[in-house]
Amino acid sequence: MQLEEQTITIDGQKIPFQSGQTIMDAALAAKIYIPHLCYHPEFKPHGSCRLCTVMVNGRYESACTMPSVAGQEILNNTKELNENRRALTQMLFVEGNHICPGCPKTGNCQLQAVAYYVGMLSSHYQHFYPYRDLDPSHPDYVVDFNRCILCELCVRASRDVDKKNIFAISGRGIKAHLIINSPSGKLEDTDFAVGDKAAFVCPVGAILRKRTRYTTPIGERLYDKQSIRIVGDSQQLHAGATKYGRK
Amino acid sequence: MSQLETATHSETLKRVVIEPLTRVEGHGKVTLLLDEDNHVHQARLHIVEFRGFEKFIQGRPYWEIPVLVQRLCGICPVSHHLAAAKAVDMLAGARQLTPTADNLRRLLHLGQILQSHALHFFHLSSPDLLFGINDAVAHRNIIGVIADHPDLGLQGIRLRKYGQEVIRIISGKRVHGTASLPGGMNKPLSLQHRALLLADIDQIITWSKGAVDLIKKVYLTNTDFHQRFGLIQSNMLSLVTTDGAMDLYHGGLRAKSANGKTIFDHIDYCHYHQYIHEEVKPWSYMKFPFIVSQGNEVGWYRVGPLARINNCDYITTPLAEIERQEFRAHANGGLVQASLAYHWARMIEMLYAAERIREILLDPVSTGTDIVAQGEEKSLEGIGVIEAPRGTLIHHYLVNDSGTIEKANLIVSTTNNNQAMNESIRQVAVEYLDGQTLTEGLLNHIEVAVRAYDPCLSCATHALGKMPLSVELVNHKGKLVDCLIKSSTGEITK
Ligand code: SF4
Ligand code: FES
Repeated sequence: MQLEEQTITIDGQKIPFQSGQTIMDAALAAKIYIPHLCYHPEFKPHGSCRLCTVMVNGRYESACTMPSVAGQEILNNTKELNENRRALTQMLFVEGNHICPGCPKTGNCQLQAVAYYVGMLSSHYQHFYPYRDLDPSHPDYVVDFNRCILCELCVRASRDVDKKNIFAISGRGIKAHLIINSPSGKLEDTDFAVGDKAAFVCPVGAILRKRTRYTTPIGERLYDKQSIRIVGDSQQLHAGATKYGRK
Repeated sequence: MSQLETATHSETLKRVVIEPLTRVEGHGKVTLLLDEDNHVHQARLHIVEFRGFEKFIQGRPYWEIPVLVQRLCGICPVSHHLAAAKAVDMLAGARQLTPTADNLRRLLHLGQILQSHALHFFHLSSPDLLFGINDAVAHRNIIGVIADHPDLGLQGIRLRKYGQEVIRIISGKRVHGTASLPGGMNKPLSLQHRALLLADIDQIITWSKGAVDLIKKVYLTNTDFHQRFGLIQSNMLSLVTTDGAMDLYHGGLRAKSANGKTIFDHIDYCHYHQYIHEEVKPWSYMKFPFIVSQGNEVGWYRVGPLARINNCDYITTPLAEIERQEFRAHANGGLVQASLAYHWARMIEMLYAAERIREILLDPVSTGTDIVAQGEEKSLEGIGVIEAPRGTLIHHYLVNDSGTIEKANLIVSTTNNNQAMNESIRQVAVEYLDGQTLTEGLLNHIEVAVRAYDPCLSCATHALGKMPLSVELVNHKGKLVDCLIKSSTGEITK
């Protein structure tokens, strides 16, 4: 006997899922975009950015942590949900120092791409302008804490894949911030290396390879031509690669 | 110190402040001290400059700098981008660019020169030059130019647009794009883009030549006035190539004294700080650079079009060279010192830029794809000097081992002209304002003197050339005796 395919419905569209898949997994497999920043298919979901919040049978749930259950009626691309997402994105912008024009990740940055997707035209909230440093101590990488959005992808990648446990979040609530697990607190005193998974997962410009910047011309950057809804996450791309220049 | 820089008994004098009311980006103000009979005792131009940037970029990684520093300015971002790029080439140990990258950087720079000079001449200065300094305020602007000389207004707009198009093609955006990388560029010039730019270049050269003819005619019809207005005798500084040709992107430093004698020549700009120092004066935020061997009293100099056309031995493009020779013939062997000759020199440069753009577009090297040179040894000090539209622009960075900026020193073109602009307004104040009751027309004389230098102040480039001003007359007891306000619509109220 053939098993009947299990489905959920997102914005009126019926899509299949396999057991164990979250709503996010099922949606992405069906090429439905649910905005997200802390979700990454290779890591255990974290559920912290709340950008993926959808309405499941009338209740707010984060799509990246909510398991798919047959028959769920899900609202995703609605005006109200997108407005909430815009407000969340604006809060992320004002909480750190995201100076897109001077950031080498511009055009390839997932935070920026999400901001475009949700139609963010201004910061709306007052900027915190926190005083945060930069850690340029490592020979190959810079950590710019100004740009960190606390998604914990580097934390998960370093702990779960690289088995090095180099990054961590310290403090709670508004005081939460990224730290580096070394006696000096500096990246140079860790065994962070160029090939580490943690070196490739940051969705913004907080962990970047040194020296090669702005190599991709305007017009050819990841999100220049198409929206993140179609292009997907930025981790596939490591800033610094270019068809013309050196890596 | 020049006469009129500091009055002897300032406490007994009336103070006139010419200050723009809008406070966007940089702004300038002029203060005059007058006695009971309106005789001028002191005249100063104060410019609030962006020194904050030097602090702001401390601690940032050096490879971000060329893109970051263009935000210094919305008026000539490309110049800052390229000066920083040259400094960063040095930091990355890749000063020797590939021929293609060198051409592309030059092309980008020439696009900037063209658009900036066109904007300044047609939009900001032509109203004064065509209609006279005392023309009605409501008419003395680009709208008036378009009404009276429709062809000219249109050419100004098209010339500027062409320059912006060059910038867009090379850097991806008309303003604040990305182009230079340490040791090169991020995108080659495609054959389609080359064809697009080539299609209009002959027209652009013709119009640029027309602009030179126009300014020459205007200048020579009232030669005496144009030569005397804001006339000062100054040293001049610019970059020249090893054989003395004008070059806006690269070269050695040359300084000439007011009588045309060479003070220094072919100086590697990396040693600029041995030849140029900056003096701080208590009354101005902006420093006063001077040539060390001449001392701070008389060592100040001018930069920009006037200095470049005066300083070079020749221009490499044929039409601009003919114009240069005619221009120089007016100096009787010395240097052309008239402040209003800046406008003439600026248009010769615009013609040069247009001719050079064509040369570069026709050079097969320009569409090559070898655009990034590999660095070898690294340096912890990077210096980039370029001839920006307004004059010599110096970017100097010190970095630490981890690649972040320890210290930055930027000497922008307008700073280089600081003392000279002050001298010019003093000259104008004595010649035209002394003993007079102030009127808008008289105050515009001051603006015209400042504007000749095309300083990078938002007030000088304010919408449609209508600088909003408030002029207050305060007696020596600090009491307001008179007040004149010009709004940005040109309306004057008492
Ligand atoms: S550094 Fe990047 S990956 Fe790590 S928590 Fe911050 S934003 Fe996320
Ligand atoms: S992606 Fe689901 S909470 Fe961040």
